[in-house]
Amino acid sequence: MTAMFKVGDKVTVKRTHPPGHRRTPFYIRGKAGIVERIAGNFANPEELAYGFDGEPRRRLYRVRFMQTEIWPRYDGPAQDTLDLEVFEHWLEPA
Amino acid sequence: MTDERDARGHHHHHDHDHDAHAPIEVGASEYEIMALAMRELLIEKGYVTAAEIRSALEYMDSRTPSLGAKVIAKAWSDPAYKKRLLENAPAACKEVGVDVTPAHLVVVENTPATHNVIVCTLCSCYPRSLLGLPPDWYKSKAYRSRVVIEPRKVLKEFGTELPGDITLRVHDSNADLRYIVLPLRPKGTEGWGEEKLASIVTRDCLVGVTLPVV
Repeated sequence: MTAMFKVGDKVTVKRTHPPGHRRTPFYIRGKAGIVERIAGNFANPEELAYGFDGEPRRRLYRVRFMQTEIWPRYDGPAQDTLDLEVFEHWLEPA
Repeated sequence: MTDERDARGHHHHHDHDHDAHAPIEVGASEYEIMALAMRELLIEKGYVTAAEIRSALEYMDSRTPSLGAKVIAKAWSDPAYKKRLLENAPAACKEVGVDVTPAHLVVVENTPATHNVIVCTLCSCYPRSLLGLPPDWYKSKAYRSRVVIEPRKVLKEFGTELPGDITLRVHDSNADLRYIVLPLRPKGTEGWGEEKLASIVTRDCLVGVTLPVV
């Protein structure tokens, strides 16, 4: 299966609050960033957490966000960034 | 002040508290008891042996920041190695005899224009194979929450003040990748061998909260 996004694509993290174990921190939900790299396919932690095998594996992206995008009151320089890892099913084209 | 001797002839002054040090061992917490129970069950059911658990603990205890320092010193000394380290960190670590698997290690490079710092906001993910167990502050809620929202203030508390024209990149290892910072080789280390270089690469430099000092 081909990757839904490529390096440099602008993506938005879904703003949704399903119950259960999620690896998408609340602070990044709804925020837009740029795909920094495609990290590969990994066992799905949302399944692994409940004793399942994590299959099918999910594609994991490393996404770079501007700090000022995440925190409207960020008081550091405008060029500062935060990188984190987001699974494909949490991303939408921005 | 009352002053008396006990049976062994020790003086006791009864106008101070007897709390010279914290207790060496306190009762197990609920989680520790649950972990022990789980461990006993796993052994009883034959999933793991006590020896395997002991040997895994021994392996963890053998990991120290000196392994990370060795890798960084080599990267500072050998530009071709540095390139390989940035492209494929697990393979480059293996070259110097450090096995980082199963971690998907990524090396983030400080440059004259960029500084990197790592955190795990969800728990305490850390490049243990290169640095050993994380320090308590790395696992604290204060560090984990503050370094993403006010990283420059946190770095300042570690004594690291970044000029405003430097780009600060925070890396949240919230899923499957693990990060280590490749600091800039400081001025004044010209002509140093790898061993001497490694001596200034500390754990905190590799997390990105400080810079190596000559």
